[in-house]
Amino acid sequence: MKKKNRIQLDDNGKLKHFLTIEGLNRQMLVDILDTAESFTSVTEQNIKKVPLLRGKTIVNLFFEASTRTRTTFELAAKRLSADVLNINIQASATAKGETLLDTLRNLEAMHCDMFVVRHADSGAAHFIAQHAAPHISVINAGDGQHAHPTQAMLDMFTIRRVKGEFHKLNVAIVGDVRHSRVARSQIHALSMLGVEDVRIIAPKTLVPTEPDAFGVHVYHDLREGLRDVDVVIMLRLQKERMRGASLPSEHEYFQLFGLTEEKLELARPDVTVMHPGPINRGVEIDSVVADGPRSVILQQVGHGIAVRMAVMSMAMQSHLPEATGGRRG
Amino acid sequence: MKRSITNGRIIDPANDIDAVQDLFIADGEIIAVGSAPAGFTADDTIDASGQIVCPGLVDLRAHLREPGQEHKGTIASETRAAARGGITTLCCPPDTDPIVDTPAVAELIQRHADATGYARVVPLGALTQGLNGSAITEMHALKMAGCVGVSNAMRAVSNTLVLRRAMEYAATHGLTVFIHAEDCGLADNGCVHEGAVGSRLGLPGIPTAAETVAVASTLALVEETGARVHFSMLSSKQGLQKISRAKFDGLPVSCDVTAHHLHLTEIDLLGFNSQCHVRPPLRTQRDMEGLRKGIADGVVAAICSDHQPHEADAKLAPFGATEPGTSALETLLPLALRLVDDGNISMTRMISNLTHQPAAILGVEAGTLSIGQRADICIFDPERYWALDSHSMLSHGHNTPFLNWEMKGEVMRTLLGGKTVYESE
Repeated sequence: MKKKNRIQLDDNGKLKHFLTIEGLNRQMLVDILDTAESFTSVTEQNIKKVPLLRGKTIVNLFFEASTRTRTTFELAAKRLSADVLNINIQASATAKGETLLDTLRNLEAMHCDMFVVRHADSGAAHFIAQHAAPHISVINAGDGQHAHPTQAMLDMFTIRRVKGEFHKLNVAIVGDVRHSRVARSQIHALSMLGVEDVRIIAPKTLVPTEPDAFGVHVYHDLREGLRDVDVVIMLRLQKERMRGASLPSEHEYFQLFGLTEEKLELARPDVTVMHPGPINRGVEIDSVVADGPRSVILQQVGHGIAVRMAVMSMAMQSHLPEATGGRRG
Repeated sequence: MKRSITNGRIIDPANDIDAVQDLFIADGEIIAVGSAPAGFTADDTIDASGQIVCPGLVDLRAHLREPGQEHKGTIASETRAAARGGITTLCCPPDTDPIVDTPAVAELIQRHADATGYARVVPLGALTQGLNGSAITEMHALKMAGCVGVSNAMRAVSNTLVLRRAMEYAATHGLTVFIHAEDCGLADNGCVHEGAVGSRLGLPGIPTAAETVAVASTLALVEETGARVHFSMLSSKQGLQKISRAKFDGLPVSCDVTAHHLHLTEIDLLGFNSQCHVRPPLRTQRDMEGLRKGIADGVVAAICSDHQPHEADAKLAPFGATEPGTSALETLLPLALRLVDDGNISMTRMISNLTHQPAAILGVEAGTLSIGQRADICIFDPERYWALDSHSMLSHGHNTPFLNWEMKGEVMRTLLGGKTVYESE
C-alpha cells in the first residue's frame, strides 16, 4: 500500500499531494499538527493573514456539494494570501460531455498551482494527481467513500488539543463506518499516531468488509463499546441507508446507536464527543450531548482552518524554488 | 497450394500427439501428420524447428465491438489481434448494438468476418429479446443463422421463471446456455471484489456471494431442465467448488476462467489502477489459487480472453467511472504458458484448455490437427521473450494491465485454413 501512495511525496520525501493518510508516516502527521498549531495564532489576530502563498492560485474544485469543507478551505487559502477560485461542478454539468480530464486541462491552462478536490467517486483525487501537470498539488477534500484526510487531521488536532497524547487513548467511532470516507481516514490517522485501541461500533450492515484490514476492534453494542472510551466520534447517518436496506428506521437506529447522556456515562468521565458534521440531532446524537460540555463539535470546525492552512502550505512548499531548486516552469 | 510444416513439436491433445513430426496441408486442410502422403510435393515449407505446432486457439469470449462500437474495435482490427495471439476461432457474446437477437445480426457478423477477418467468428445469440430478461428469442432461427449457443451476456435474467423457460427452450434446440453468474441484486453498483482492498479504497464491492448465489440457482435449474449450461468467467474459489460438485453429480455443465483472473488479484487495484477494472472483479489470492487448481483438476475446461478493447478515454476517469474490461487477445497464450512455467499444468493440458476443449463447448469443428480438419494452426516459440507495448499491439484497444510485462512464448505464425494470417517479424 505504501509504495502505491508514493505519489503523495516528491523526490525529497516531502508532501506534494495530500490524498490519503495511508502511505504517510507518523512524523509527517505530527508536522501537520505542529504547523497547524502555529497557524492558530494567525486566525486569532486582527489581520488574519500570512504571505506564505502570495501569488499562488488555488482552485476549489467541488464536484459534490459542501458548505463547511469548501468555506474552510477557502478561508485557509485566503489567510495564506493565495488567490482562490471556487468552482462547483455538479454532476449535471459534467454530464454535458466534458470529461474530468477535460475540465482539468482547462483549469491547468489558467496556470493554477493547487487543486482542492471533492468528488463523489472514490479515487478521483488520485486520478487528478496522476494526470495533473507536474507543478500542481492536489488536496483531497473527500473522494467517494475512500478518504477525507484533512477532516481526519483536524479531528486529530482537536484530540491532541484536548487530550495531549495519543498512545494511551481508547477511541470509538460510532455509526456508518462502511460508507464513510471520514472514518477511513480517521482510523488510519489514529493508528499512525499511536492509538492502540480504535473501536468501531455499528450494526453489521454498517461495518466495513474485512475490518481486520483496518486494525480495529468491532462492537455491535454501543454500551459495551463505549466502556472506558476517551474519545467518541459520531458519524452522520445518511438517509440512503434506510432505502438500501442497511437499517430499518432512524427510530431503531437512535434507540441502539444514538448517543445519549445516559449511554455516555459508560465512557471515561472526561470523555470527549466529536462529530464531523453536519449532525442529525435525534438520529445519531441527542441534542443534550451535542451541545453539552463534553462536545467539541464546534471547536472541530474552527480547527479546520488552521489544519487546512498547514496542509496547503506544506504541499506548496514542495515546489517552492528554495525547496526544490525551481521546479516550476 | 500444398504446404508442409517441418521439424516442429506437434502437440495435438485431442489426438494424443506430442512429438517432433512434420505436418502436411493441401487445399486448406490437414492431409497428413508424420510422413508425407505419396506423391506430395510442397509448394512451400515452413521450418518450425524449436517451435510448437498446435491447433489454432479457440477463444470462448471476445468482444469485437462490431456492430455498434466501432470506435473501440472492428471485426477486422480485433481478428488481426487474434491472429497475432494464435487464435483462429473466436466466440463473440451477443451484446453488440444491435443485439444478436435476430438472425440478421448474427449473419452480418459472420459475413463481415468472412470478408475482412483474420479469424473465424462464431456468435452467441441472445437468450432473451433485447437482453431484457423477459421474453425469449427465436432460438431456432438464431441457430440456423450460425449461433453456437445463447447467452444473456453480462445482464442477469433476474426472473427465474424466464430463465427456466429460456433454458428449456434452448435445450429443445440443443443449444448450450452461456451464463455469466452474477446475481444483480448482490452485485448492485459494485465495481471491485468486496474484500479488504475494496474496503480500504472505499470502492463499492461485488461479494463472492453474487457469484455463488447465481451459480447455485442456475445449477438448480439445470437439475430441473436438463439444459446444458456453460458458466463463463468464474472468478471465485467457492463458485468453482459448486460447479465441481455439480460435474461430479453428472450435471451437463462446464466452465471457463479468464487468463487475467489467473494472474491478478484485488491487490493489483491498489493505486486505483483502472486497467484492473474488470468484470467479474479480480478477487483474492485464495480465489486465484482456487481457479488455478480448477484448471489442474480439470474442472475448468477452458481459458478465455474476455477480450474487451476500449478507446483510451474509457479508462481515463476515477476508477468507478471507468469501463470494465481488458484488451486480451494478444496475451492469452503467453499468460496461459505461465501456468506451465509455474508448474500448475502440463503443456499438453494448457493447449487442450485453449483448443479442443473450448471447441467442444462451442460444438464447432476446430481445435484439433485431425486429418481432414481445416488447417487452423498456431506455431509458437515457447522460449521466446517479448515485452508487451502499446505501439506493437494490433488490437484497437491498448487497455491492458500487462503493459510492459515481459511475456514468454511468442506466436511465430498463425494459419487459417492453410493461409498465413500472421507472421512474426
